Amino acid sequence: MTKVLMKGNEAVGAAAIAAGCRFFFGYPITPQNEIPEYMSRELEKAGGVFVQAESEVAAINMVYGASGSGARVMTSSSSPGIALKQEGISYIAGAELPCVIVDMMRGGPGLGSIQPAQGDYFLATRGGGNGDYRMLVLAPANVQELVDLVIEGFDLADFYRSPVMILGDGMIGQMMEPVEFKTETKHDLPVKDWATVGTGGKRKPNIINSLYLQAEDLENHNIKLQKKFAKMRENEKRVETYNTKDADLVLTAYGTTSRIAKTAISKLEKEGYKVGLIRPISLYPFPNEAYEEIGENVKAVLTIEMSAGQMIDDVRLSLNGKIPTYFYGRTGGMVPTPEEIVDKVKEILGGDK
Amino acid sequence: MAIVFEKTKGLTDKPTHYCPGCTHGIIHRLVAEAMVELGVLDNAIGVAPVGCSVLAYDYFNCDMQQAAHGRAPAVATGIKRVHPDNFVFTYQGDGDLASIGTAEIVHVAHRGEKFSTIFVNNAIYGMTGGQMAPTTLIGQKATTSPYGRDEATTGKPIRMSEMLATIDGAAFVERVAVNTPANIRKAKKAILECFKVQLEGRGFGIVEVLSTCPTNWGITPVEAMKWLENNMIPYYPLGNFKKPGEVE
Amino acid sequence: MAKAKGNVTFEEDLCKGCGLCVTVCPVNIISLDKGRLNKKGYYPAGIEEMDKCIACVNCATVCPDLVITVERL
Repeated sequence: MTKVLMKGNEAVGAAAIAAGCRFFFGYPITPQNEIPEYMSRELEKAGGVFVQAESEVAAINMVYGASGSGARVMTSSSSPGIALKQEGISYIAGAELPCVIVDMMRGGPGLGSIQPAQGDYFLATRGGGNGDYRMLVLAPANVQELVDLVIEGFDLADFYRSPVMILGDGMIGQMMEPVEFKTETKHDLPVKDWATVGTGGKRKPNIINSLYLQAEDLENHNIKLQKKFAKMRENEKRVETYNTKDADLVLTAYGTTSRIAKTAISKLEKEGYKVGLIRPISLYPFPNEAYEEIGENVKAVLTIEMSAGQMIDDVRLSLNGKIPTYFYGRTGGMVPTPEEIVDKVKEILGGDK
Repeated sequence: MAIVFEKTKGLTDKPTHYCPGCTHGIIHRLVAEAMVELGVLDNAIGVAPVGCSVLAYDYFNCDMQQAAHGRAPAVATGIKRVHPDNFVFTYQGDGDLASIGTAEIVHVAHRGEKFSTIFVNNAIYGMTGGQMAPTTLIGQKATTSPYGRDEATTGKPIRMSEMLATIDGAAFVERVAVNTPANIRKAKKAILECFKVQLEGRGFGIVEVLSTCPTNWGITPVEAMKWLENNMIPYYPLGNFKKPGEVE
Repeated sequence: MAKAKGNVTFEEDLCKGCGLCVTVCPVNIISLDKGRLNKKGYYPAGIEEMDKCIACVNCATVCPDLVITVERL
């Protein structure tokens, strides 16, 4: 298969169409505008429907309606717009509807900046909206992985009847890399007999709902949802590891930050340092075993994020006090350089090799 | 001997939770009867958002989606775009449609989305215990306007039908009331016409139904019907504000 | 022309005693039975003088609870 050079945001659109998504509801916000723009050009040609909604709030509710009616559907936004979608996402999780939500993160809080950041980790992995729910959160580090995770995201959404968030940032949305589109499905997907398509006079009405006025009923529903999240934790952890057994120090980072970390590792290795890497690809469920398996002689774990420190909480929980943990981050849309990471590693190791 | 009135199969057998004399019961019935008469019940998908009628999914005998407060028009857009050949309707109250949901309802009219909205206007937030709504009348007492709604600080009540009728994509806009049998019959006619506009693919249709809330108005159901006639109809005039022209 | 005559049945346990049917009957034959309570705890509506019913269907039209069925004789 020939590869095509594509901008991340546009590749998201192409991947969704390749995965059979025929409905997109979105709204303009930097740095992901190419996603709705691509969908507005290409989706109808593929027999689909594109609607630019009046707000991110309206868009996520259109996703709810379309998903509840049995369709493969996607929306995209960036951090402030994703914040607006939280009510809708909570409803989607509560009603157990499948969909793909793409977040190209930017600086925050509030209106923030338009440069890349990783400040939505908490929002994505802790729920974000009200109530006890989680969603699958996948973090690609290059445009090919972005394409693969978007395509698989639709299958995972249908399989678990859950929203799936693809957590990118402005860099991966804007950069261009060669990609190919592989669409074989790994999951046996059940028929959506719960969808609202009209009873046809042949069955009782289907109801898409997250309201349970009896507390006992809602508790049972929550227990059911928790079992689903347990299944996700059993089956959907994804991680890339490098040299975590006998490194002096292990770096951990996700998304585009992990590429900067890899550059720092090459520089450090040239100077004789042994540095490993844990790159979570699924942020929920978090690949905690990778941290539990870090070699006994590793002196430190350094978490690097484009935030004030969000994933580091999960790193600490996974390490459970076993190894000293450190943090290096930039906020506001600033991107760390490999040199800054090299310096931090040297500072932690105190010149020891 | 012929039955001239019996329960419609557009409603389930579940007795409603609505208060005695609540006009939701009447309006549900009109909507259900209209769907049966037009032969669309088996093909219908309804959206019930937050409000007393959030439980409408237990009463309408068709596929239903429950929506967040104010968002039913967006949800219905998603449904109708996926299933353009299904009959899609939303059933919304005034706290929902005329407050938190104004962006959504304006934009479905603006885009001319081809579904139908039933807008139940009883000038108050019923489900949450009687707070002032954007549609509450000047001087009307509610739990958040305990001294009577004051125009100087809260503005005048909002007339949604007149406003929506100015939008080109709104193909059918009519305001009716259900306070007397005669008005109920006219309301039924308007609902049928509105639903036909959807079936003919002409654009967005809305019927605003002036309704009562005896419990939160603090009066009996019979007094509430009179209050509607004497106070609401003068401010919210009944009639058709928009309907499609003749088919060529 | 002979006046229409009707037979009205009330599914009493659905009635919430709201009284709307009482006020819309043109021949004033509907009343709430204040002597007893239905299963819901309301005074149920009913008709004593069924022979006066003209099958106008006003009562069923205004009833919010599908209590009433009307037959025309």
